[in-house]
Amino acid sequence: MTGPLIEFRDVGKRFDRLTVLDRFCFTVQQGEKVSLIGPSGSGKSTVLRILMTLEPFQEGTLTLGGISYHQPHGRGPFKASERHLREVRRNVGMVFQSFNLFPHMTALRNIVEAPMAVLGLGREEAESRALELLRLVGLLDKKDHFPAQLSGGQQQRVAIARAMAMRPRVLLFDEPTSALDPELVGEVLGVIRMLAHEHDLTMLLVTHEMRFAREISDRVCFFDSGQIVEQGSPDRIFAEPAHPRTRAFLKSVLAESRTA
Amino acid sequence: MIYGYAWDTSSPLAYAVSILPILAIGLVVTLKAAVSGFVVALVLGLIWYLLRRTRIRAVAWSTALLVEFIRDTPLLVQLFFLYYVLPDYGVVLPALVTGVLALGLQYSAYTAEVYRGGFGAVPRGQWEAAIALNLSRYRIYRDIVIPQAVPRIMPAMGNYAVSMLKETPVLSVVTVLDMLNLANMIGDRTFEYLIPLSLVGVIFPIMTTLCSVGIHLLERILPRDGIALR
Ligand SMILES: Nc1ncnc2c1ncn2[C@@H]1O[C@H](COP(=O)(O)OP(=O)(O)OP(=O)(O)O)[C@@H](O)[C@H]1O
Ligand SMILES: [Mg+2]
Repeated sequence: MTGPLIEFRDVGKRFDRLTVLDRFCFTVQQGEKVSLIGPSGSGKSTVLRILMTLEPFQEGTLTLGGISYHQPHGRGPFKASERHLREVRRNVGMVFQSFNLFPHMTALRNIVEAPMAVLGLGREEAESRALELLRLVGLLDKKDHFPAQLSGGQQQRVAIARAMAMRPRVLLFDEPTSALDPELVGEVLGVIRMLAHEHDLTMLLVTHEMRFAREISDRVCFFDSGQIVEQGSPDRIFAEPAHPRTRAFLKSVLAESRTA
Repeated sequence: MIYGYAWDTSSPLAYAVSILPILAIGLVVTLKAAVSGFVVALVLGLIWYLLRRTRIRAVAWSTALLVEFIRDTPLLVQLFFLYYVLPDYGVVLPALVTGVLALGLQYSAYTAEVYRGGFGAVPRGQWEAAIALNLSRYRIYRDIVIPQAVPRIMPAMGNYAVSMLKETPVLSVVTVLDMLNLANMIGDRTFEYLIPLSLVGVIFPIMTTLCSVGIHLLERILPRDGIALR
């Protein structure tokens, strides 16, 4: 396939009267690992949530894996059919800040649920794939545990395995370690790092872990007020940020991590 | 003699024993009314709940208003209304059906609230995770939302089932031949109310206790692993 895997073209997003994205443009190539950084409220989560079809948008066009959907400028709220949205979702998976595992299912059940229900896999195949993923995230021995019996870090690793079980082309991470105790952050980052080695997997990561973003990304985008103010290779963004707001942000984050 | 059973007033015990078969027939009517009334309440309540959360504002609003109205009018008024007013408009229903509708209608206002609490307690994040996994709406309800909502709904629904059972004697005012009504009739004819009414008074707590026990057993059987119930 040629052309970008993800393309936001002039996307406008409002919550009632609050405009969060205005003529937002953003493209991601297949296999790219992109980190989104920026101050709170700058629209990072909104971009991921629009990609995951959790939020409608009002203007512009979004193309994802060759499937477009759009809303002509200035006309009513965006509406796509459920069928269309489900087509879009086939390409995307998401890992949430709060894990959102299904509490009434074991780790294994959490992972096999969607492959069986959506991809139509048989139980045996779904389970063997799930067990392989659990092994990959280091939780094979926890397969029969309920989420409440797992630590935050373990829950997030199961959530990552669950998202991967759907074989998405794009995996979205919205602050995957922000809800974790500091000593549990490392094990989750370890799993994400491992996924970052997968050549074809496209990753979008919203994070406050600057060092990690620098380490795994091909590109870092700095968001402010619903705009990508500056983007580029991690080394350039972190070492020599061009925009004053990027500099100010990185400075404040750095100061924060020093006091923490 | 009622339903072919004669009473024997020679001693209190003989009297009690002789009228039991009559009361048993009334008990069946009582149970029928309570069970069907509760089914109506469960279904109607679910419909109110769903209508109230549609995106069509006018529908949501008028449903909310209607439910509030149902909740705020006495059961007896609703019962009289259905029984005496509907026939004027050509809707003639058997007394028992009218009673079941009135009970179900009144309790649907409560069950709607229980549904709201139970489904509302399933966090948004569960929906979002399910959508992110591309599950269909049907699957989301079936596998994610309902299994988490039902254990939260059960205790409150159980309480309403018991309290509805206790309210069924109200139907006797619209000529439903339930247990209370029959006990009254027996009293009217024998001029001896103490025994029949006492029997009714004893049978009800037995019934409600059995009902509670049944509900607890059901709650036990339902899978609820991992679901935080406060
Ligand atoms: N459901 C909503 N309703 C109304 N406003 C919202 C909603 N979700 C987000 N917003 C607003 O949209 C803006 C962008 O929010 P978003 O969550 O995308 O920011 P963010 O960059 O992810 O911030 P953070 O780092 O705090 O997560 C914020 O001003 C926020 O208050
Ligand atoms: Mg956010």
